[in-house]
Amino acid sequence: MNCLCMGIVFGEYLLSILSFGGLTVSLAAILIVAERLLVNYGTCKLDINAGQKPLEVPGGQTLLASLYASQIFIPSACGGKGSCGHCKITVTAGGGPVLPTETAYLSRKEMRSNVRLACQVKIREDIYVRIPEDMLNVRMFTSTLESIKDLTHDIKQIRLALNDPAEISHRPGQYVQVQAPSSDGPVFRAYSISSPTYESNVVELVVRLVPGGIGSTYLHNLQVGQAVSFTGPYGEFVLNDDPSVEIVCVGGGCGMAPMKNIIYTLYHRWPERSCWLFFGCRTVRDVFYLGQFQELAGKHSNFHVVYALSDKLGEDEDWDGETGFIHLAADKHLEPNVRRQAFLCGPPPMIEAVTRVLEEKGIGSQDIFYDEF
Amino acid sequence: MSQTSALVILIAAIFTNNILLTNFLGMCSFIACSRQIGTAVGLGTAVTFVMTMTTVLNYAIYHFVLMPHRLAHMTFIVFIAVIAAFVQFVEMFVERFSPRLYFALGIFLPLITVNCAILGASLFMIIRQYNFVQSVGFGFGAGLGWAVAILLMAGLRQKMRYSNIPEPFQGVPIAMVVTGVLAMAFMGFAGMVSIQ
Repeated sequence: MNCLCMGIVFGEYLLSILSFGGLTVSLAAILIVAERLLVNYGTCKLDINAGQKPLEVPGGQTLLASLYASQIFIPSACGGKGSCGHCKITVTAGGGPVLPTETAYLSRKEMRSNVRLACQVKIREDIYVRIPEDMLNVRMFTSTLESIKDLTHDIKQIRLALNDPAEISHRPGQYVQVQAPSSDGPVFRAYSISSPTYESNVVELVVRLVPGGIGSTYLHNLQVGQAVSFTGPYGEFVLNDDPSVEIVCVGGGCGMAPMKNIIYTLYHRWPERSCWLFFGCRTVRDVFYLGQFQELAGKHSNFHVVYALSDKLGEDEDWDGETGFIHLAADKHLEPNVRRQAFLCGPPPMIEAVTRVLEEKGIGSQDIFYDEF
Repeated sequence: MSQTSALVILIAAIFTNNILLTNFLGMCSFIACSRQIGTAVGLGTAVTFVMTMTTVLNYAIYHFVLMPHRLAHMTFIVFIAVIAAFVQFVEMFVERFSPRLYFALGIFLPLITVNCAILGASLFMIIRQYNFVQSVGFGFGAGLGWAVAILLMAGLRQKMRYSNIPEPFQGVPIAMVVTGVLAMAFMGFAGMVSIQ
């Protein structure tokens, strides 16, 4: 009797689940068919920089996806979900009105000058966009992991040997976007190139492990010989060509990669040029590349290296460099009113403090560049 | 099963039993989208269309799938799934054939999915045991009623923009007060026809 009862109850549950499952599947099928029929915009014209590069693309896709398919790599970290706000480009016609999903990432000025998030603009008609020349030169690279080395307890140096294309031409201070797999498709994460520009067949990165981070976890767990894809180079920094201009690099935490690139590139080209490197760490165990830079300073008398520790020294720690926050060290060492160009890389409070110090020393804001993270 | 004619139900659903002003269903988009007459007309039309169509669809599913298999306990979840899928379909349709309306409605078009008036209309149809023709009349009438209410509200709010409203009442509070007054005004229709 009991058994029969349970059988009936079980049957009812099963019927409920099956009928609801069947209903959702058929609704989904109807929607897929409707999408095929309705969301079909035919072929649209995609015009880049007023006729410089006319393309024909299938309508219905997002602008970002269409540009990717045409080998034009706009920076984007979130993979087109509208959550990073990196894929800004100018759409002069055919983009439709600005969507509520974009307004959070666009300033009034950008909205006035037709800047849009490429991942939110859907191609429904012929569309006209403007893309900076630099971004048209961005390529997709495939590479092999050549070496991976611990720099500190949570920072690794990763060297990627390029396969296709076999060479990269970049400026110091630029970055690449590494493609990392994630549960919902590939995502891109930006890392500055730390290898100097004359080493054109490798790209070296300095990566700190962020707990739970998709990009850094992926890169930290790579084995030598594994394949890595990335796009690049991106970034607008241009090193001043005048050798009489002094270069000031200020970094904190793991913001070392662009500085290393700038410094080695600089001394390869101008062995006598004056340059300061200020690098802030918390404790002795966070210090890296110090020996290497001191050796470089031995060869080039105009190169000055200052590392500073912000945390109190431990009992057993040995340190003869500066202590305190890095902007104080910069304030102490730099003479005022020298012609300089500065590159900063680190957390926002550091950037803010250092910018203030540099402006007091007479560097105009147009000569201060920074990477915030 | 009630024997009221479909036409009477339609009239009643607009005036005496307005789903918004007597049942207070679908308030969120009513408050959010009633600032401009243009948007209110667009949303009202979309809600009327979706409400009529989903009542018809849900009527068919309830009487030809759920009842014969004694699955009445699944009513809520099945109705919600049907409404969600239908709104998706309408979204695609509007995007294709009326991009201007699509951009004017923006985020509120997909939000019709969670407009409780839509689910409410389907459920009232079951509770009040309407037959097919009555259901069509009710679904269409309830949608029109909702559209009439939001249109009136949009008109009032456009006028209110030039009135001197005390600061703490500006925006949503005065909209709620006005909705209450509007509901009281609609009580004047109560004696006309009655559906419970």
